[in-house]
Amino acid sequence: MHRRGVGAGAIAKKKLAEAKYKERGTVLAEDQIAQMSKQLETFKTHLEEFASKHKQEIRKNSQFRVQFQEMCATIGVDPLASGKGFWSEMLGVGDFYYELGVQIIEVCLALKHRNGGLITLDELHHRVLKGRGKFAQDVSQDDLVRAIKKLKAMGNGFGMIPVGGSYLVQSVPAELNMDHTVVLQLADKKGYVTVSEIRDSLKWERERASHVLDHLLKEGLAWLDSQAAGEPQYWLPALFSELLSRDVTPEEANQMTP
Amino acid sequence: MDRFVWTNGLLEMNETLVIQQRGVRLYDGEEKAKLDVGVVLLSTHRLLWRDQKNHECCICIPLSQIIFFEEQAAGIGKSAKIVIHLHPAPENKEPGPYQHSKYSFIELSFKEHGQIEFYRRLTEEMTQKRWENTPVSQPIPTGPKAERTRAVGIVGIERKLEEKRKETDKNISEAKEMVELSKSIANKIKDKQGDITEDETIRFKSYLLSMGIANPVTRETHGSGTQYHIQLAKQLGDMLQAPLEERGGMMALTEVYCLVNRARGMELLSPEDLVNACKMFESLKLPLRLRVFDSGVMVVQLQSHSEEEMIASALDNVSDKGSLTAEEFAKLLGLSVLLAKERLLLAEKMGHLCRDDSVEGLRFYPNLF
Repeated sequence: MHRRGVGAGAIAKKKLAEAKYKERGTVLAEDQIAQMSKQLETFKTHLEEFASKHKQEIRKNSQFRVQFQEMCATIGVDPLASGKGFWSEMLGVGDFYYELGVQIIEVCLALKHRNGGLITLDELHHRVLKGRGKFAQDVSQDDLVRAIKKLKAMGNGFGMIPVGGSYLVQSVPAELNMDHTVVLQLADKKGYVTVSEIRDSLKWERERASHVLDHLLKEGLAWLDSQAAGEPQYWLPALFSELLSRDVTPEEANQMTP
Repeated sequence: MDRFVWTNGLLEMNETLVIQQRGVRLYDGEEKAKLDVGVVLLSTHRLLWRDQKNHECCICIPLSQIIFFEEQAAGIGKSAKIVIHLHPAPENKEPGPYQHSKYSFIELSFKEHGQIEFYRRLTEEMTQKRWENTPVSQPIPTGPKAERTRAVGIVGIERKLEEKRKETDKNISEAKEMVELSKSIANKIKDKQGDITEDETIRFKSYLLSMGIANPVTRETHGSGTQYHIQLAKQLGDMLQAPLEERGGMMALTEVYCLVNRARGMELLSPEDLVNACKMFESLKLPLRLRVFDSGVMVVQLQSHSEEEMIASALDNVSDKGSLTAEEFAKLLGLSVLLAKERLLLAEKMGHLCRDDSVEGLRFYPNLF
């Protein structure tokens, strides 16, 4: 590979550039990179010291994690961008969130056959905690939200839909536009919704309501109860309270995990 | 420094002067206070400070506000100091030189020495607490008596918190500097100012990676990859061969993420690490490819499983059974439903299949049109 910057012509050009920069008082990029290298070493040392004293706290204290993340955001640094980052290597922040990501994916996959790929943040939280066992570190909903944000990079349709003061976590690439979201929010109160309710609350025509509900049915996010008294009810399994729905059996879970 | 209040400097009845020392500068936390050098006075009740040049400028703080104090030795170019940690200011505090302060401690810097004696006398007064026995005529705001017993335990905690805050602040400001520096470098690279070698660019990118700073510089050959990602890509190339074969040549990236991280146990990959590594498959001539479907689903697939093969197999299976849904196709091939669906969609896109979309599900038929 031809290396730039080597050879008499290149040297002369560099000298000229250096002179020009010194004139204008700006610093050469190469010099800045060298400077950055030094600063990085210093930073790494300080972070190591910090880590040796406070690493445990990050693992154990979810409030501290929130503050830490906010601090990083204001600087413009993403401590979860890479497992190879200093933050991850020294403070162990990375492993905590990346492992959480794995657990989130697994829970969503196990329940997809039932809720179509939509689950409340509460239920996700509950199941992740259960899966982690009694002696694992505490996990807050803020932790889950951050882990999910990172999962988006892998393009599998991970997203969060605001519903009823909390969120629905979507783990499939089903296209959900504003109409679908609004119907989900409407269904949040009772776990189901009817065409009449949509027409009354949102003032939509019958066709628009039907179109949205059909889409939810097709995507497996809604179930149709056509035997309900009155008119058909569209139920959203994602919104079922856990007390009303039975748990996934191990056989079912095995079937569903790829 | 927001605990101090203005005062006329006159001592009250029952208040006695213990010691005074000139040449003292005050610090708000670690920063120099907006005051000049002055005289610090210790009485039985308060700590006072008066500007040496302007005697009208005089401030004080009750000794009961002090939680804890310690000496700080002199250094090169630095005078010896006494660091004093304070209780929060009471609600009804009189006005003083500072409205707010982010610090809960101050420092006395002894430019003309005298710190040893001052420290000794301060220790005495804080031990004896003579202000409690001889209340003065003018009410001096004091913390409740209960705070005194709490102070011992709080001292340790407050100190640790201060330490942590100081260290965190230090880390933050260092990190901020580097973010600024990296932006400047990135701009220069983009504008092609100066002669930056390929090696230097790669080094720069690895610095960005270490700091978790978003990388604005991309190259056609390596994308956003660094040495780390190149190595990772090669590891994945080895590790994923068998699992891919087992799963019909294709795995969703989320599956890969779980598989790889479960195997590693520690030093896990971030989602972005995985994506960046997979992006390098092609340029490294590895037998794997990262592929993004129209739906946004990302998969890793074996090079050997070409598109034509997949479409042909989809068509065969559908023709065989007359029609198939994604679930049925998935069961047939041992694929996940997600990927089965993507293959059927692909075959449809190429015109080999057509769909029957109803509320009962999405079913695919051979395209006879």
